[in-house]
Amino acid sequence: MSDTTKIEIRALRKSFGSNEVLKNINLDVAKGGVVALIGPSGSGKSTLLRCINLLVVPDGGSVRVGDTRFAFGEGTRLPDVKALAKFRATTGMVFQHFNLFPHMTTLQNVMEGPVTVRRMAKADAEKLARAQLAKVGLAEKADQYPATLSGGQKQRVAIARALAMEPDVMLFDEATSALDPELVGEVLNVMQRLASEGMTMVIVTHEIAFAREVADRLIFMRDGVVVEEGPARQVIDNPQQAATRAFLSHFHRTGALPPATPAS
Amino acid sequence: MYQWDFGILWSYRWLFLNGLGVTVGFTVVIVVLGLVFGLFGAFGSLSRFRALRLTALAFIEAFRCTPILVQLIWFYYALPILAGVEMTPITASALALSLYGGSFYSEIIRGGIISIDKGQSEAGAALGMTPSQSMRRIVLPQAIKRMIPALMNQSIIQFKNTSLVSVLAVPDLVYQSQVAAHDSYRPLETYTAVAVAYAAILIPLTIIVRRGEKRLAVSE
Repeated sequence: MSDTTKIEIRALRKSFGSNEVLKNINLDVAKGGVVALIGPSGSGKSTLLRCINLLVVPDGGSVRVGDTRFAFGEGTRLPDVKALAKFRATTGMVFQHFNLFPHMTTLQNVMEGPVTVRRMAKADAEKLARAQLAKVGLAEKADQYPATLSGGQKQRVAIARALAMEPDVMLFDEATSALDPELVGEVLNVMQRLASEGMTMVIVTHEIAFAREVADRLIFMRDGVVVEEGPARQVIDNPQQAATRAFLSHFHRTGALPPATPAS
Repeated sequence: MYQWDFGILWSYRWLFLNGLGVTVGFTVVIVVLGLVFGLFGAFGSLSRFRALRLTALAFIEAFRCTPILVQLIWFYYALPILAGVEMTPITASALALSLYGGSFYSEIIRGGIISIDKGQSEAGAALGMTPSQSMRRIVLPQAIKRMIPALMNQSIIQFKNTSLVSVLAVPDLVYQSQVAAHDSYRPLETYTAVAVAYAAILIPLTIIVRRGEKRLAVSE
């Protein structure tokens, strides 16, 4: 087992009914690597991301994160709920629509994983949660409910909630797509800092400029296959495939990240 | 013109109070038992296991789609013959009404659970929760809030349904008022008073339910 490859996906297949959304996908993410998944809607990139923490169970192939590997397909048994839960506890996920728990305060949202899943003492979990909230710049929002926060603040709380599990890997599923344009920057800033701290990250995004700055590798998907992959700057600045060129022509590819008040 | 004389009811006051006590007590029993059946029905119908799902569905539809009066009579007269167990009228009617109510509670509870956005349980799962942890910590606390008005409504209907147990000679308010009516030859006064008694208990309850609904609408 490799020390440097954190995520290893082999021959991954997934169909929803007769619609084959992933066709023989292979993916490696190095420890501390940041991979951006881009592609038109319906390309399978979100499904691929959800297969990494098995929120979507693949039909075939294998998924390894860290030391845990699951194989799927004929002759394999589906992992039981306990094994799945344990596996998912080591990967953090951030959703497009935040999915914060509306019946809990911001602090309780962030404490929930450590308390319920890691069985951490309340006092320790609170300390951890406050530290994570401070890290995303929202220490003073601890006692508010999610409904009172802006979209950008919600997403930063969601990142803090995922980080409170102290995961090895962070998965971002279009984390800025539901945000008003002026709020995108504060979330990207948090993500950029996380990447610079050495977190292994897989990011499904439409922020091409961000992917160019922050990701070290880029994967372009279409119709359930990887069309092109390589170093992020190289693929964005000089795409080899016609499909990649056509897709990227819709975006501003360079330029600074959107301005934001730094989250400190 | 009919000469109303409610004064004569006074001599039957203990009979009415007794009946009212049975009606209220009976309602408490069938609401609690019904909620237990409802929980089983709801979780059964949402189960991953097909056999459990089908069983729950069969229970819900059987009791939802037959009249409660038929069920009461069937439980008292037919079930003992089929199953070979004797049941008192009280047991038979408590069972029938609880199962009947349970089938409706099932649908309310199931509806409340599936009304919670799938992203909520996904977020729980992504944190590493098992399905039962995310049900307990994430989904149910939100779903229960949404279920409460409908559960209260169904319980109000259950309270009125207890009036049917008089056909099995369970001494509830309606049964006792029949006794009083036959004895006094004053059915108009008797049944009017009974109607008022039901309304006097239920109208405050419906006001509470409506307030609860309003508060719920504000918090969402």
